[in-house]
Amino acid sequence: MKTIFRGAITLGLVLATALAAGAAEEEGGTPHYPIKKPTEENWSFEGPFGTYDKGQLQRGFKVYREVCAVCHSLDYVAFRNLEDLGYSEAQVRAIASEYEVEDGPDSFGDMFMRPAKPSDTFPPPFANPEQAAAANNGAVPPDFSLIAKARAVERGFPTFVFDVFTQYAESGVDYIHALLTGYQDPPEGVEVPEGTYYNPYFLSGSSLAMAQPLFDGLVTYDDGAPETVDQYARDVSAFLMWAAEPHLEERKRTGFNVMVFLVLFGALVYLTKRKVWSTTEH
Amino acid sequence: MSGAQSTYTPKTGIGRWVDARMPLPRLMHDSFVAYPVPRNLNYAYTFGGILSIMLVVQILTGVVLAMHYAANTEIAFGSVEKIMRDVNSGWLLRYLHANGASFFFVAVYVHIFRGLYYGSYKAPRELLWILGCIIYLLMMATAFMGYVLPWGQMSFWGATVITGFFTAIPLVGEWIQQLLLGGFAVDNPTLNRFYSLHYLLPFMIAGVVVLHVWALHVTGQTNPTGIEVKSKTDTLPFTPYATVKDGFAMVLFLIVFAYFVFYIPNFLGHPDNYIEADPLKTPAHIVPEWYFLPFYAILRAVTFDIGPINSKLGGVLAMFGSIAVLFVVPWLDTSKVRSAVYRPWFKLFFWLFLVNAVFLGWLGSRPAEGIYVTLMQLGTLYYFAFFLIIMPLLGLIETPRRLPNSITEAVLDKNKGGSGSPAGATAAPEGRG
Amino acid sequence: MSATDSTEHTRRDFLYVATGMAGVVGAAAVAWPFIDQMRPDASTRALASIQVDISAVEPGMSLTVKWRGKPVFIRNRTEEEVLAARDVPLDDLKDPLARNANLTGQEPATDAARSAGEGRENWLVMIGVCTHLGCVPLGQAGDFGGWFCPCHGSHYDTAGRIRRGPAPENLYIPTFEFVSDSVVQIG
Repeated sequence: MKTIFRGAITLGLVLATALAAGAAEEEGGTPHYPIKKPTEENWSFEGPFGTYDKGQLQRGFKVYREVCAVCHSLDYVAFRNLEDLGYSEAQVRAIASEYEVEDGPDSFGDMFMRPAKPSDTFPPPFANPEQAAAANNGAVPPDFSLIAKARAVERGFPTFVFDVFTQYAESGVDYIHALLTGYQDPPEGVEVPEGTYYNPYFLSGSSLAMAQPLFDGLVTYDDGAPETVDQYARDVSAFLMWAAEPHLEERKRTGFNVMVFLVLFGALVYLTKRKVWSTTEH
Repeated sequence: MSGAQSTYTPKTGIGRWVDARMPLPRLMHDSFVAYPVPRNLNYAYTFGGILSIMLVVQILTGVVLAMHYAANTEIAFGSVEKIMRDVNSGWLLRYLHANGASFFFVAVYVHIFRGLYYGSYKAPRELLWILGCIIYLLMMATAFMGYVLPWGQMSFWGATVITGFFTAIPLVGEWIQQLLLGGFAVDNPTLNRFYSLHYLLPFMIAGVVVLHVWALHVTGQTNPTGIEVKSKTDTLPFTPYATVKDGFAMVLFLIVFAYFVFYIPNFLGHPDNYIEADPLKTPAHIVPEWYFLPFYAILRAVTFDIGPINSKLGGVLAMFGSIAVLFVVPWLDTSKVRSAVYRPWFKLFFWLFLVNAVFLGWLGSRPAEGIYVTLMQLGTLYYFAFFLIIMPLLGLIETPRRLPNSITEAVLDKNKGGSGSPAGATAAPEGRG
Repeated sequence: MSATDSTEHTRRDFLYVATGMAGVVGAAAVAWPFIDQMRPDASTRALASIQVDISAVEPGMSLTVKWRGKPVFIRNRTEEEVLAARDVPLDDLKDPLARNANLTGQEPATDAARSAGEGRENWLVMIGVCTHLGCVPLGQAGDFGGWFCPCHGSHYDTAGRIRRGPAPENLYIPTFEFVSDSVVQIG
């Protein structure tokens, strides 16, 4: 066993040297995006005991509804799911009825519009990707149901190894927050293609087709939270994390029970093992 | 399954009745209770048991996921999301299955490297090793096809790239690719057949595992010394000794597994696979799952033509070769000594090989440009040199350390040297077979 | 056997039993998600109640809607049908109970107990599944002018009560309520 450990340490050292050599070589090649890496923000749902902040989710939902939803769909989220945000069944019914969804065919064979029910999913802002592209300068606004899990900036070695131990799983929300707060004037000499907007945090280029969507005071909060771009970005990111991973709290709660059980069970099995082997040299 | 005399005596009338007609309890008893295992097995030898547990986990979670999954390009992605959001405990089952695949490979890699280190492939265990290689191949096929099912961007483009390998074959390549895809590109027929095969292959794996265990129980296990069992004092009955030790290792393994499933379930996955497949748009970096990365690096290391073989075919050949070479390892190793414990030089090259394999894995995740290509080529070179040059030559020129006379002697020597505990009554080796 | 030996023994046995028990508990806990996933999922449960517009259903007309994957017959009965159902003596019924989920469960199968209640006696809302083996009966057919199941020949009367044939019980009436005069909510 000892040799294995020694081998593993040697392995680590050799690898680290090789990687350092590799990284040094990378400088000055073709540009790699994003230009700036997102900063790690604090989130209520990080770590082994993380939970969603319902007030924050409701604020984030408000930002989504009033700003993002104009272009971005939320295909896999149903109104009934909003009960997770702390809304009552009646409130959910009321929110749903503010939306119109297509139903049918009726007895004449025609499709018709009706107010949404809790069992319906959020109706998309555009009928199809072609319409979305035509309305947005050729760029289809991505669906937001999974965006918090579908975007991540590469962490690189050795950070990704530490991430296992720190349980870092917020690269998606950190990225969204950084992008929304990261719009700025392009530096001297950087050409920004027409119809796009410079943002050094954008994952796949130096500028993106979406103009800065959030401004201070754009959305009214009624719980006293600051009405700033940073707060909006934080709240909508948290909301999108919930949309992508609605069972996160349940998962972490179950996880704790499972870990406690496995550790105790492991201790018992270890003691049994020691007892069984105690009379035998091995 | 073992060649040894059966010690099973049914205690009840029903037991005797069954034993006379279909001696399944006897088989179980002889294989998993009375079966003698070397007494000096360390924890590296527990991964066989861990692998069988992982296979069961994958089959069970897979069967229930199949109750909710729909293999149709229109709704496959949505059906997976339905599992994640609406199906009761669906998120748990899917995360178990997705991470289970990764941990299946973690276990199989430890198992393979343990075999390489202790020379488990050497005569008379060549067939045992080859059956293991077949299981590994089937696992790769299963994992690849399973990864296509969620119909995300990585699913689609992974399938496109991997089936594209076959177009490298001269003359019939195109035909074979279309045969696999059921069309001109990855599409609904591809998804359907991959689903069918993804469901079938695990049961084939289970079948080969039975053969693998059978072969194991005919020859008996190796052990860290590499010396064959010579007397009864060298071994212990499988139950309770090996069962409880395997059990403990399994719990430890499950703790790490559960940590990933419950706290960082997407750590080993790729964010792009949460975007629905789009045949018109390739993600910026296509990378396979981590367990394929070393082979992906080998594939991309060949950037030059070799005589009539162009670089595309060369890469594919190198990649398949890197797996094929495992099948002939028993005949490449010329050493008379089995275990690396007594082979100082082999030990060094072995650890270098392990480092190199991990390094190739990391390179596999890098873009094929600049220094990375050179490093991939160096890594690939060592990978093949280890099997094709070092293994055959080292056996001829290396001077191994002195071997103990028996497993019992090795155990007692170690304990005397270590803690100074008195030797037990079983110290004297009872002759040598 | 000395005293220390036997305490040693007990302690070891206790350890073995405790470990075995913990293993059993763990296995049982693991089994749960595998069973749990078979229950109706959240999206199915969300559709457990529906609202139906019946404003266009004139007397003598029926509407069949799908609820929880099964047909529900909503019938606006004619005067004659209601009277015919009322005239049936309870002793003639094969199943004496109303089978109406909106009542307590022990009511006799009078026509009033089968219908939508006072003021709405003309309305009949029933799950259109034969209580024999699950086929869908045909409307306004059979020997009693109600429903007839072609699979095994069960005859229901104009109140959906089983009168002849192998079906053991009257057609079930689901929980429903009239949200307004023109909208009925089922479930």
